[in-house]
Amino acid sequence: MKAVHGLSERNKSPLRIIAIFLAVIILLLISMFLSISIGSIHISFGTIKQAILNFDGSKEQSIIQTVRLPRLLVTAFVGANLAVAGALMQALTRNPLASPGIFGINAGASAAMVFLTVLVPSVSMIGGVFGAFLGGAFAAVIVYVMSSLIKGGDSDVKLALTGVAIQGMLMSLTQTLLIFNESKTEGVMFWLTGSVIGRDWGHVHVLVPFSIVGLLIAFGLGRASSLLSLGDDVARGLGQRVFAIRAFTAVVVIVLAGVSVAIAGPIGFVGLVVPHMVRYLIGVDYRIVLPMSALLGASLLLLADVLSRFITYPYETPVGAVTALLGTPYFIYLARRKKTERKA
Amino acid sequence: MQTVNKTKKQPSRFKSVGLFIILSVLIIALSVISLSLGDINIPPLDIITSFIGIGDPDLTSILVEFRLPRILLAILTGVGLAVSGVVVQSIMRNPLASPDTLGLSSGSGLAAVAVTILLPLASPSVLSAAAFAGGSLVFVIVYLLAYKKGVEPIRFALIGVAVSAFCSSGIHLLISKANPNVNAALIWLSGSLWGRTWDQLIGLLPWVVILLPLIWLLAARLDLIHLGDEVARGLGARVELIRLVLLASAVAMTAAVVSVVGTIGFVGLIIPHVAKRLVGPRHKKLIPTASLLGALFVLAADLIGRGVAPPIEIPAGLIIGIIGAPYFLYLLWRESKK
Repeated sequence: MKAVHGLSERNKSPLRIIAIFLAVIILLLISMFLSISIGSIHISFGTIKQAILNFDGSKEQSIIQTVRLPRLLVTAFVGANLAVAGALMQALTRNPLASPGIFGINAGASAAMVFLTVLVPSVSMIGGVFGAFLGGAFAAVIVYVMSSLIKGGDSDVKLALTGVAIQGMLMSLTQTLLIFNESKTEGVMFWLTGSVIGRDWGHVHVLVPFSIVGLLIAFGLGRASSLLSLGDDVARGLGQRVFAIRAFTAVVVIVLAGVSVAIAGPIGFVGLVVPHMVRYLIGVDYRIVLPMSALLGASLLLLADVLSRFITYPYETPVGAVTALLGTPYFIYLARRKKTERKA
Repeated sequence: MQTVNKTKKQPSRFKSVGLFIILSVLIIALSVISLSLGDINIPPLDIITSFIGIGDPDLTSILVEFRLPRILLAILTGVGLAVSGVVVQSIMRNPLASPDTLGLSSGSGLAAVAVTILLPLASPSVLSAAAFAGGSLVFVIVYLLAYKKGVEPIRFALIGVAVSAFCSSGIHLLISKANPNVNAALIWLSGSLWGRTWDQLIGLLPWVVILLPLIWLLAARLDLIHLGDEVARGLGARVELIRLVLLASAVAMTAAVVSVVGTIGFVGLIIPHVAKRLVGPRHKKLIPTASLLGALFVLAADLIGRGVAPPIEIPAGLIIGIIGAPYFLYLLWRESKK
C-alpha cells in the first residue's frame, strides 16, 4: 500500500476530485432510482416522477411512499454513517483494518439491543438507540484496552484478532439471550444479520436526525482527522489537542455506528471497505474523504440492498449477509497486503 | 521455548497418572450428574438400578434413549475437537491454529449444510464425506491465502477467522432460506447436543475410535515434527507423509464432529494449551490429556447449558463461546510476551 496515511501519497488534482465527486453523485442517483424501482413490483421512472410531482395515491405511488422511500432513506443513511465512522476510525487509529465492525461496536450495540428487547420489552426506539450507544462504546473500549494490553507484534492485526474474539463472545451472549425469548427469535435473527427490510417512517424519524448531526460534525473534523492520521506527534506539533479530538471523534463514531445498528442491525464491512476505496480515488485529505465516504457508502449499501432482493428471489436476503460475502475477500486482501508493505 | 518447556515442565509419570485418574473421575461424576438432571430428576441410585436392568422401565428408557447418547456424544465431541487441535497446532507449529481458526469447522459445516439441503435423503456417510471435503478445501484455501514467504501464525489466524466468518455467513444464509424453523437452525449453528440420538452417536463413533489410536501411535513423530522439519528429517522421519496423514485425520475427526453437532468453536484452540500446561509438550501424554480435558469441557458446557435456566436449554457451543473468547485473548496476550 502506498502508505495509506502517509504524506508520500499526494492528494489528487482538483480536477480529478471534481470529476470523481460528480461520478459518485451520479452513482448515488442511479442506486436511489434502482432502490425505488426494483422489487416484487417494478416501478417505472415515469411513476416515480409522477409520485414526486403530483401524488395521486395510486397503488404504485403508495408503495413508493410507504415502503420504498423509507427503506431507501434508511439504507442510504446507514451506509453513509458506517462509511464515515470507518473513515474516522482509520484516521484516528492509523489502522487500515479499523472499522465499527472490527472494534466490536456493531456487536456491542447489537448485544445491548437484544438485552433491552428481552429484559425491557416495552423499550422505545429512542431508548434502544441509547442502549446501542452504550453497548457499542462499551465494546469498543474493551477491544481497544485489550488489544493494547497485548504487547509487541503487529498492532493492526492484534486489534483485528481481539475484535474478532470479542465479537464472537458478544454474539454467543446475544444468541443465548435470544434463546430465552423464543417468540422474538425470528425477527431478531433477521435483524442480527443486518437488514433494512420493512423499515418505515418511524425508523427514518429516529435515524435521520442523529445521522445528519453526526455526519455534519464528522465533516467538520476533516482537517483534524487529516492531521491525526499523520501521527500524534505531528498533530501535536501542529497545535492540535490530540486527546480532546480523539475523545470527541470517538463519540461521533459511536453515535453514527450505534444509531445505524439500532435501526438496521450490525451491517459489516461498509465501514471497512468504503474509506479505502475513497482514499484510493481521491487521496488522503479527510476534508474530502469524509463527505465522499458518505456518498459512496450510501450508494454501495443501496446497491447491495438492491442485489439482496435478487439473490434468493422471491425471498429477500438480509443486506448484512450480502456485505459480509462481498467484504470478506477485501478484508483478506488487506490482511495480506499489510505484510509486504511493512517489508518494503 | 521448546527446550525450556522440556526441561521445566516434565511432570513425573506418577503425577500424570494421577492427573488421568482425576480427570476420568471428574468425567464420570459429570456424566452421572448429567444423567440425573433433566425434566425429570433421576437420583443416582435409580440410575444404577436402571443400568443393571432392575429399574423403573420408564426411567430406564429416558436414561438409555435420551440422556446416555447425549452424554457419550458430548464426550466424543470434546475428544475429537481437542485432539484435532493438538494435531494441527503441532503440525503447523502455530499456537493459534485450531479447527476453527484454520477454517476446518466452518468449511465442514458449510458443506454439511449444503448437502443436507440439496440432498435431503443422503446417507450419513455422504454427509461425512462432504463435510470432510468441505473442511479440507477451506483449509487449503486458508493456507494459500495466508501463505506469503512463509506462514506467520497471527496472520494465519486472522485469515482463518475471516474465512470462517465468510463460511458462517454462507451457512446462515442457506439455513435461513431452507429451514422455516429458524430456531432449530439457530441451535444447530451454535453447536448443540440437544435431541441427538444413538444414530448420530454411531455415525461419529467409528471416526474417533479409528483415528484417535492412529494419532496416538504417531505421537512420537509429532514430537519430532514439532522440533522443525530439518531436525525431524535428520532423525529419519518421513515428514511430508506423516504430516499429511495427521492432518487428514484431524480434518476427518473435525468434519465428523461438525456434521453431527454443528460448529462448536474454541475447544480445539484452548484445550491443547491447557493440556500442555498440565503435562508438558510430549504428545504421548498430551494427546490423552487433551482428550480427557476436551470431553470434560464439552460435558460441563452442556451441563451448564441445561442447568442454568431449565426448561430452557442453552446450546453447549454458546457456553463454550462465552468462556472460550476471553481465554483466546489471554492466549494472544501470553503469546505476545514471548
